Amino acid sequence: MSATAEAPAPEAPAAIDLRSEFESSGVKDVLEELDRDLIGLAPVKKRIRETAALLLVERARRSMGLAHETPTLHMSFTGNPGTGKTTVALRMADLLHRLGYIRKGHLVSVTRDDLVGQYIGHTAPKTKEILKKAMGGVLFIDEAYYLYRPENERDYGQEAIEILLQVMENQRDDLVVILAGYASRMDRFFESNPGFRSRIAHHIDFPDYSDGELLEIALKMLDQQNYRLDEAAAAAMVDYIARRREQPHFANARSIRNALDRARLRQANRLFETSKGPLDAGALSTICAEDITASRVFAMRSQEKETNP
Amino acid sequence: MRITQGTFSFLPDLTDEQIHAQVQYAIDNEWAVSLEFTDDPHPRNTYWDMWGHPMFDNPDAAALMMELRDCRKVYGDRYIRVVAFDASHGWESVKLSFIVNRPADEPGYRLERQETASRTIRYTTKPYAADRPAGTRYG
Repeated sequence: MSATAEAPAPEAPAAIDLRSEFESSGVKDVLEELDRDLIGLAPVKKRIRETAALLLVERARRSMGLAHETPTLHMSFTGNPGTGKTTVALRMADLLHRLGYIRKGHLVSVTRDDLVGQYIGHTAPKTKEILKKAMGGVLFIDEAYYLYRPENERDYGQEAIEILLQVMENQRDDLVVILAGYASRMDRFFESNPGFRSRIAHHIDFPDYSDGELLEIALKMLDQQNYRLDEAAAAAMVDYIARRREQPHFANARSIRNALDRARLRQANRLFETSKGPLDAGALSTICAEDITASRVFAMRSQEKETNP
Repeated sequence: MRITQGTFSFLPDLTDEQIHAQVQYAIDNEWAVSLEFTDDPHPRNTYWDMWGHPMFDNPDAAALMMELRDCRKVYGDRYIRVVAFDASHGWESVKLSFIVNRPADEPGYRLERQETASRTIRYTTKPYAADRPAGTRYG
């Protein structure tokens, strides 16, 4: 009686069509979106493509009963500020969710302040709280090297690191941790925390954008907000990008976004002060050269010239 | 005597996998889940001790399971229950609660009769476990 009532074990599929799997899982959509929405970053896109292929094959192997362990998915993103690390992390969360490696696919973005407490006994609950929030998704730790402060041996960062490592090892099914930061400082961080290095499988390096790519990004950002540059403004923007790069605190796409925000502000001001009659849509959405050249970046250069002729 | 309070208490104990699924159901309904524990099994004992805070913004049940593992490490010899609280306007109350951990040995209750005026009898149920001071009742 009992022998007949027992259900037969689910049959493992004999063959898997990776191509159709690739399309049906939605991985294709994510990769295409990535290609379309993000400008430049060719090496990053290549690495993500490779990672996606690996995970897809791993999933196929799992469904055939060839693999049982969850692969290590923790990653580190290194690169200068404004090179798209957070944006790519969001896409990565989506990708992992569609492949079924994480259950929810949300991204929790934190820095040292969110993990490390101010006094003894404050750190562990704080770190745990964040970890719990990130479960089923991706925990993105920006500027992860600040967690480790070698100059202060009683720094609470070490406590957060220990909890992180423990969860990264024991609950690989529950969350994926992505560490991000400047390349050189991340290298030093990994050297002094070998536990992290060995638990991170994928290191992805984000290159700086070229001037041409930054202009493309600027145009795309404006397009999304229904603004456009007139011809002189486009030339000014090219000039602006070249000048801005020379200055301290250059943050790639983020600097461009801030510059555009300020240009919009100046455009609004200009319209408000100069307009006499009604304005049409074209005037409301055109940014002129003077909106860009009024920037501090241009003023600095001319000041320099004045002081050192 | 196996005590029965909360949902599922007439069923065999839930496995961790089943608890995970139930908790995920509660979270998906936007109820805040939390853990509570006690070593006083009296049915009128409604206010159990809280283990950590209610989880209002954790989208995945793995968070509660992690806390449950920790809680079992400390209070594995007591009753632990999952409470799912619905904070939405008009409800503001517990929607689901079930026991996820119980002591290995549940001694049950004794009935006490108190004779009062004019042959009236008052009844009291007392858990045998409560004979011992709190904190040392099980194990």
